[in-house]
Parts: sequence; structure tokens; C-alpha cells
Amino acid sequence: MANEVSLTIDGQPLAVEQGTTLLKAAQQIGVDIPTICFHEATTSNALCRICVVEVEGQRLLQPACIVKAAQDMKVQTRSERVKRARKTILEMLASTMDLSDAPAILMMMKEYNASAERFPDAERRESEIKDDNPMYIRDYSKCLLCWRCVQVCADDAQYVNAINFNGRGFETQIGTFFDKTIPETTCVLCGQCVGVCPTGALKPKREYLLEQGMKPEEIGVMDTGRRKRRT
Amino acid sequence: MTDTELASLQSAIEPYLPLGRSGLMPALHAAQKIYGWISEPVATEIAKSLRVPLADVHGVIEFYSMFYNEPVGKKFIRVCTDQACALKDADGLLNHLCAHHGIKPGQTTPDGATTIEASPCLGLCEQAPAILYGDEAETNVDLKTNTYDLGRPPSIVYGQIRLLTANCGNGSTTSLEGYGEYVALIKARGMKREDIINEVKASGLVGRGGAAFPTGVKWEGTSKADGSPKYIICNADESEPGTFKDRILLLDDPHRIIEGMTIAAYAIGASKGYIYIRGEYPYIVPVLENALHEARGAGYLNEDFDIEIRVGAGAYFCGEETALFESIEGKRGFPRVKPPFPTTFGVFGKPTAINNVETLCNVPLIVSMGAAEYRKIGTEKSPGPKLFCVSGDVTQPGVYEVPFGVTLRELLDMAGGIANQKKLQAVLFGGAAGAFATSAHLDVKMTFEDLRAAGLPLGSGVVMVFDETRDMRDAFARLGHFFAHESCGKCYPCQMGTQRQMEILNRIAAGKMQEGDLARLQDVGWTMTDASLCGLGQTAASAVLSAIKLWPELFKDESGKMKDEVRGKKKEVGGKKVVAKAKAVKAKAKKRSAKRKTQTVKKKTIAKKKKK
Ligand code: SF4
Ligand code: SF4
Ligand code: FES
Ligand code: FES
Repeated sequence: MANEVSLTIDGQPLAVEQGTTLLKAAQQIGVDIPTICFHEATTSNALCRICVVEVEGQRLLQPACIVKAAQDMKVQTRSERVKRARKTILEMLASTMDLSDAPAILMMMKEYNASAERFPDAERRESEIKDDNPMYIRDYSKCLLCWRCVQVCADDAQYVNAINFNGRGFETQIGTFFDKTIPETTCVLCGQCVGVCPTGALKPKREYLLEQGMKPEEIGVMDTGRRKRRT
Repeated sequence: MTDTELASLQSAIEPYLPLGRSGLMPALHAAQKIYGWISEPVATEIAKSLRVPLADVHGVIEFYSMFYNEPVGKKFIRVCTDQACALKDADGLLNHLCAHHGIKPGQTTPDGATTIEASPCLGLCEQAPAILYGDEAETNVDLKTNTYDLGRPPSIVYGQIRLLTANCGNGSTTSLEGYGEYVALIKARGMKREDIINEVKASGLVGRGGAAFPTGVKWEGTSKADGSPKYIICNADESEPGTFKDRILLLDDPHRIIEGMTIAAYAIGASKGYIYIRGEYPYIVPVLENALHEARGAGYLNEDFDIEIRVGAGAYFCGEETALFESIEGKRGFPRVKPPFPTTFGVFGKPTAINNVETLCNVPLIVSMGAAEYRKIGTEKSPGPKLFCVSGDVTQPGVYEVPFGVTLRELLDMAGGIANQKKLQAVLFGGAAGAFATSAHLDVKMTFEDLRAAGLPLGSGVVMVFDETRDMRDAFARLGHFFAHESCGKCYPCQMGTQRQMEILNRIAAGKMQEGDLARLQDVGWTMTDASLCGLGQTAASAVLSAIKLWPELFKDESGKMKDEVRGKKKEVGGKKVVAKAKAVKAKAKKRSAKRKTQTVKKKTIAKKKKK
């Protein structure tokens, strides 16, 4: 067919519709490529690089979540280079943040034989829990900087731009204007960010309080903060 | 904010209002000029005026290390502690200045007069050690004799030919009168657009900023792309440590650049140009403004094509072309995913040609001489003249203009050989993102093809020399620190990899290597190289990986221990604790105000005594 391309993934030939990403193409033949930052509902930024694959003829590994299948492409999803990159990324993540609320990543670590203790004396990104609004808590020690919350708060969904980034490089953290509390921002408590957060860095207040050992009836009383109306 | 304060802010940012979000960087600069830093009410006013979300304004301030959202000193002293300056005891200089003021790097004196910060390369490496004192360059600082040069940094130009640098090194900016008519532009305007592009293609000119992409091909792509307006951008964000050639071209011969841009604009059909200059070159901005003014007066710039200057704010990162676009658009300087490429989707999503300063300076030459004549300079595969930035342990550091094809040995001989009759230990090629060479490489020809065969990148033309007495581990640690400081933080391999790399390199430099560190360093290095999103991460380990190949013994524990004592002291300064990271000043500002009461100010400093 004219609008199809044929390629091989891990030696298996297949044909997919033009414009299909390698990630989706692989899924069609049951080859699983891991992802962290990718989310169907948000713009792909290809920033976690856990999905990288080796494409013959390309000097660098390619992110499968955005690279499109092309005619005669030869893709390796589990080559030694790919495995090294994935393992190292996972080990660096584990040495940086609290993954306890990210079961999918913990499973990946097992699969890639990644050790959480690989990097001794490594500086971690730690921060205190921010509990400043009736709807959700923010625990950026668990944030893996997937950007989804910033994106849904802005042009991917809500268009209120309540949150953005602080710092840069390793010290990047999601933050508000001059570190204001959530009720002081343009946040409308829509909860979209909580919905897309993969790690429990953003968590419904109720869930958090239950985890802290509170009883549901106690929470009912507390959780009556009025929704802030936008003017 | 009082009403009068508000009024002065409003009038300062007024010119940028029509630009909308794209006016954000200029507005922040303007505000910072008035207040020294950007407070919450100031940021709020800017956000409102330009209609940019508050959180985004804050995000931008946070990204650029030269924007401050906490009070800083009236005088800002940035001491370069990058490689070339480190060889001239920049650490000692930084400590000396700090001791005089009774503060630590990254702090402000209790009276709010002075802030001292360690800085990445200031592009003044041939006059190391260098300081950016307010908006002025202070170079060749010598603590022993208490002398230094303040003001317009001298342009030191040597070499075998003087084509690109014909008007450089005279101690002043070449005015339009001195430069003469834009002869090449006039000739170009008599040619068909395709013919100019074909001529540039035929000349074999490739980008001089590091990527070495064929300029003509870039132009062709932009000219054929759908969409308007089209843009031509001059990338003057020269930030690769050890690079200073563009500074000299910009300062001494701005009309050559403007002429190059004007020819490019005509060839690709661009109606607007930007010169994006790094924030560490504030003293060049008025020079450029004046040159643009002259060019407008002579009619070279007009309603059909004009050029605007944009000033960066301390982000090496914005030299990456897509990050530079984002910065012009008033955003954090994150790189974009490519494709789409700039030729079709550049600044504001429009077709854009972006060229380095030196690349553009070649354009008038090519048009005037014709491609055939131009190709007689240099080699078959690397035609043309090339500027090399020679710094470090040579007798005569400076910019060297040579035809492609001279050997490293010849270049070093021109520079008077290794300083103080010492022997050569290493050459860092291509800057921090480059690779190390040794005396085994002395006969390599400096061309793209020969260097590639030798596994060395030409990069931006950095040739930084280390004599036999230098501690290379200290150099590695500085490289590590540089990348950790400059990573934008977007993609995981680089965001965390540069941090882990720095930690390991610091350990190695301190003689505290741990078991498995070499393997860790290589895994991190290869992961960054293979999997990072943009060129910064992809090259952040290249110099270190080259060093592991050249000097495996330096990455072994036993010899590391020998240097324990020497290293103990130096580590403090090279290490991340002291050399301010992006946020350090901001973070420290809070602690600073608490300390203010207890600190005494020592007013006398070397910086106040002027040479002559
Ligand atoms: S809950 Fe608030 S911060 Fe989160 S997406 Fe909605 S508006 Fe943005
Ligand atoms: S808070 Fe959650 S959604 Fe936001 S960047 Fe961090 S991990 Fe991603
Ligand atoms: S899933 Fe592809 S880069 Fe994150
Ligand atoms: S100015 Fe100090 S290293 Fe370049």
C-alpha cells in the first residue's frame, strides 16, 4: 500500500501506516519498549530517553516515542547500547529521587538489572511536602520531571499556567511564581496535573491523608476548603 | 512599588510591549538595569504588560543565571574559574577578592555593595585570568604587580593571513567609514538569489560554530521553505569555554557581520535578522548598536530588512540553535526536538537560517572573491580561512587566522611554543565539548577531515594548551563542573548525567576515587553521548572519554592518592560547593541577608586600583 512503510524491529518484518512512531509500531508486533515521559494526552517532548532504540545507520540512539517508522528501517530495541542507556538512566533516577510511589519504574529497574545503589554519595533532589491547598499535595522528592503537569496546566489542557520550572539542570524543580502557594496562583484546582503525574509527586489530598493514617470520617471534616473562583 | 518606581519601570519596558512574549528577555534586562534584580512586583508588572503568565516569567528568570530574583550587590564581580583562567590561578584570584570583601563566592557584602560570583568562561581566555566587573571586562589580572586591564578588551590577532581579521586588532572598532561600502552586498544584489546560494555552496563553507554544517545547504533549505516572514540569525552566543574569536570579530569589525547577514537575508528572502549575543559580552552591545545605526544611515538596513540585537543572560545552552529561538521567543532556553529543522520551523515557527559570527564573516569574502578564488585558501575538503583560539600555556595566546591545513605544531610554533620552556602535556581541542590531544598529534593537519581521522573535533576552533606540570585531573573536574552548571535539565541523560559525572570527577580530582568509578564514569558518559536530546548532552562526556583513552592511569585509584594533599585545597574552588551553580546566588541570597549583620566589609580591593 502506498501509505504504508515496511521495516524490521528486532529482526521481525512488519508494515505500518506512514507516520506511526516506532513505539506504536513495536506494540503492533508485541515488542514492548519502556516509556516514562510519554503520555497519550500530552505533547511528546522525548525527554526521559528511556525509550531509545538503535536504528541502523544512525549515529545516536533514537527516542521511539517520537521517531517515525520509515521504509526499510532496521530497529533494535534491546541492543547492548540500548540496554546500557536504559540501565544507566534508571540507576541515575534511583540515585536522584524517591521512586517508592513509582511501581512501573521499579519494575523496569528489575528488568534492566539496574541497581538503586549504583551511584554512591550522589546528591539527591529532596524537598519538603507542600500541603497548601485542599485538593492535592506536592511532594517533589518524588518528581521525575516528566513535564506533564506543566503541560496540562498550560497549552495541553487547562491554559492557566499556574506552574512552571525553577532552576535548571539537575536542580530543576516544578514551581510557582515566586514560590507562591497554589491558592495564590492561577490554579483552578482542576486536578488534571494530579491525573497525569506518574509518581505520586502530585497526589490527591484525601489519598495522602489516608496514607498518613487518618480515618475517612476525619478527612471529610477537613476537606471542605472552598474552590477558588477565577475572576 | 511606589508610583514613581512603577513609572520608571513602565517607561523602560515600553519599547518591548509590541513584541509581546518575545519582549520578555529585553524587558527583564531593562528592569534589572534599574533595580539590579527582579523583585516580585517588578516581575508581576512585566508579566502583565507583556501578557505572559506569571509562572512563565518566573521560570524564565530562574533559567538564566544572570537574572536574579533576590537582591544582589550594586557591583557584580564575575570571576572566571574556567579552564584557561584556572591555569592562571583564577581560584587564587577569586579567593583573594572574596577575602578582601569578607564574603564567599556567591555572596553579597552586608552593605549590599558587591556580589562576587565564580563564572563560566567569559570569552576572554587569551587574557586570563579574566573578570567581568559590572559591564566591563577586566583582564590580565596580576595580583603580584596589582595590575590589570579594564575596559575594552584588547584584540590580540596573529596568524598567517588576515582575511577575516583584516580590520581587527587595531585597538578600536572599524567604523562604516573605515570599513567602506558593502561592496559584496552590492555585487550580490546584482546576482540572482539562487546564484548567491550556489556560490556559497560551491565555496565549501561550513558552519564555524562547531557543527560544521554546509552553509549553502542551510540557506537553500530556508529559501525554498514555505512560510513568511523568514529570518536570518547571527549566533553570537559564543560560550564554548576557550572560544573568543567571535568577540574579536564583533568588537572590531561589526560591519563585516552585518554585511554577511544582509547578503544572507537577500539570498534566502529574509526580512528580519537577529544578532543573539551572550550576556557575558555586555560591552559589545553598544558597539553593535552603533554599527547597526550606521548601516541604517547608509541604507543597507531598511524597512525591507533590519536587524535586532538580543542579549542572552548566562546560558551556554542558548548557543544551541533551537534553544536560542526559544530564548528570542521569551522562553526558557530548552532545546526543541528535531525534526522539524530550523530551515522550515525556526524562530516563531518560521523558516530560519542561523549562522555563527565567523561563518557570516566568510560570506562577503566569498561573494567578493568568487567561490573558485576562495577555494584556493585552505585544503580541498576544508577550504577557506579559519580562526583558532589559542589559549593556556603558550607564549603568545590569541586568535590565529590561518588557512585550513596548518599542523598543530605549526600553530603552536606561531604562538611562540609552550610558555616558560616547558613541555607539552595536552591540548584540549574544540572546547569543553571537544577532546584531548597529546604531543602524538602535533603533526595532525588542522582540517575537518584530518582531525576527524585523528578522532579530534575542530569544534569552534579551541586550542587550549596544558604544559607538563599541569594536573589534568583538575581540568577534568572543571569540565565536569561546567556541564553540570550548564545543562538545561530537559532530558534525563544529561540532566542527571552531568551531575553524576561531576561528582565522580570531583572524587577523582580529590584523590578519593571509589571502586567502580571508572565504570560508572563510562556508563554515564556513553549514555549521555548516545541518548541525550541535544548536542550539549551528546558532547558533555566527549573530552572525559577521550582522556580515559589517553591517560587510563589518571583514572586509577593508586595514583589518585598521591595528589591527595595538593588536591584537598583546590577542590574547594573547583568543586560545586563554591563555584555557584545556576541557583546558588538565588539560594544563598536568603542566607546572605541573615549573615549581613555579622559580616564586616573590607572595602579595599585590587579591583578599585586602575592600571596606569
Ligand atoms: S490543578 Fe492547578 S496546577 Fe494542576 S493543572 Fe489544574 S490548574 Fe494547573
Ligand atoms: S510533578 Fe509529577 S507530573 Fe509534574 S513533572 Fe513531576 S513527576 Fe511529572
Ligand atoms: S518515553 Fe520517549 S523520551 Fe520519554
Ligand atoms: S575567560 Fe576564563 S576560561 Fe575563557
